[in-house]
Amino acid sequence: MSTLASSGGTLAASGSGRLGRWGIQGATYALLSVGALMMVTPFLWMLITSFKPAPELVEFAWLPKSPTLANYERVLTTSNFTRWYFNSIVVALFSTTCVVLFDSLVGYTLCKFEFPGKNLIFLGMLATLMVPTEMLIIPWFDMSVRWSWNTGLAQYWGIAFPGVITAAGVFLMRQFFNGVPNDLLDAARMDGMSEIGIWAKIGVPLTLAAMAALAIFNFIGNWNAYLWPLIVASERAYYTLPVGLSFFRGESTTEWEKIMTAASLASVPLLCVFLVFQRYIIAGVALTGLKG
Amino acid sequence: MRLTLRQRQVLWAYAFLSVALVFFVIIRWYPALLSFNIAMRDWNTFKGSGPWVGLENYAAIWDDMWKPRSDVRAAFTNTLGYVLYGVPAQMVLALAVALLLDRIRVLSTLFRVAYFAPYVTSAVAVAFVWNWLYLPQTGLLAQVFDILRIPEQPFTKSPDQALASIVAVAVWQTLGYSVIIYLAGIKQIPATYYEAARIDGAAGARLFRHITLPLLNPVIVYLTVLSTISFLRLFALVQNMSPQGTGGPLKSTTTVVLEVYRKGFSSYDMGYAAALTVVLFFVILLITVVQLRFLTRRFEY
Repeated sequence: MSTLASSGGTLAASGSGRLGRWGIQGATYALLSVGALMMVTPFLWMLITSFKPAPELVEFAWLPKSPTLANYERVLTTSNFTRWYFNSIVVALFSTTCVVLFDSLVGYTLCKFEFPGKNLIFLGMLATLMVPTEMLIIPWFDMSVRWSWNTGLAQYWGIAFPGVITAAGVFLMRQFFNGVPNDLLDAARMDGMSEIGIWAKIGVPLTLAAMAALAIFNFIGNWNAYLWPLIVASERAYYTLPVGLSFFRGESTTEWEKIMTAASLASVPLLCVFLVFQRYIIAGVALTGLKG
Repeated sequence: MRLTLRQRQVLWAYAFLSVALVFFVIIRWYPALLSFNIAMRDWNTFKGSGPWVGLENYAAIWDDMWKPRSDVRAAFTNTLGYVLYGVPAQMVLALAVALLLDRIRVLSTLFRVAYFAPYVTSAVAVAFVWNWLYLPQTGLLAQVFDILRIPEQPFTKSPDQALASIVAVAVWQTLGYSVIIYLAGIKQIPATYYEAARIDGAAGARLFRHITLPLLNPVIVYLTVLSTISFLRLFALVQNMSPQGTGGPLKSTTTVVLEVYRKGFSSYDMGYAAALTVVLFFVILLITVVQLRFLTRRFEY
């Protein structure tokens, strides 16, 4: 609260009086605007290009002279884009559902139960955070080939399986369950509530905020995952959006209006999700980041 | 037989953990150990086995490291370059933006959203948008440069500029994340420290040097480690911004992970690729440990 005013005031104090303060505020806004413009312009340019007919690309103009939806029509009808959307949604929803359920249940157990091997299990899970995904892709690929997770419908599982439980999420949920009083759980136990019931009806409702943050981050992460889906999905019909997009470029190297249309199609839905949930996403980053 | 309350608790705990235990053993621990094993073999992807070759794959990587024009040498030197350019740029720019954002109230949310938006966008889409911006002649940058009478730049088309061009995009994409973490850290610094220092006659840069910076130290360490690791693992941007996804032009942008992908999944030299990932693992481990040790200084408040 007062931090904001004070650190603002401190720098302003070096200027001279009210005029200096106004000048510094103005400069702050000017600098931030230049930066924001650099962040936003690439997106705008992508969208603008996607509405331009091909001949307009060579001339420099901010707005399309004859805006068209033809690019969207062509991309959606001539590629597997709708299928890739579907795949990305399936994979992201499945992983996110699993993550939210399991990370919560495991975090809860590691926080609220006493049992032999507890610390070992917790450390064993945390230790996996030190292993980069890149080190696992070759063994995962080997497993996927051996168990046929890289053909047919099994590809959905093949793409999703690395992300169904996350050590970071378990850690986060465990931290949050620390804030749930044990007395509450014991009271429910006295009333004869089952252990599953206690977790689902008391633990979960009290940690919904953390679960929501976890869900949003996992959804975004899975939606944008690239290296592993690229490796494991062997059939075009099972590509996720980023993988499909990457192959799409290979097929239309110089047709920038089509590539920008495809990039818009891939990024706009998630940008909308972000805009709707921006408050929670940004708060969640600050929260999880500082805990880490 | 009736179980005691404690025994029941233990049973429930293991029941709740069962799926996760299976997952962590089969999907995390076993593959991690298996990759050390594969790295010691002449692994055949299609058979799922291969003869034991000991440290030969590591020896091959070591040899390649010293061959002037080998892919792996380029990958390691480039990856070092990405980290050396990218991390400081990211840390300084993000801190600057966070300090500015901390000083405003009106439109603050709008700015945060703008700076964070690239972070939620797929790296592949980001790569293509920037390919289009960087494109000679018709690209937006070329046209803007033309208006400003700056000579046209080749960006990703030239071996001299390609790496820096990709670093710029990587920083652009992940800047918002660091900004938000910095901001959260700045907000945690008690206002009374600034007030006390101002009563003592300190102002401006001195407040920043003696209060903000030292108190932000844990955040800076955390972000430096995070950003270093993300630059060490650079893949999607490079694969989608270099010609044919091979880390060119003239290997000037290839990274360790891109070489893992190419050696493992294009040339099917899995043993060699696995050895590369083990090297990457140790590099990340070492950097994390060293940075945590050297950068975490304790301050008395």
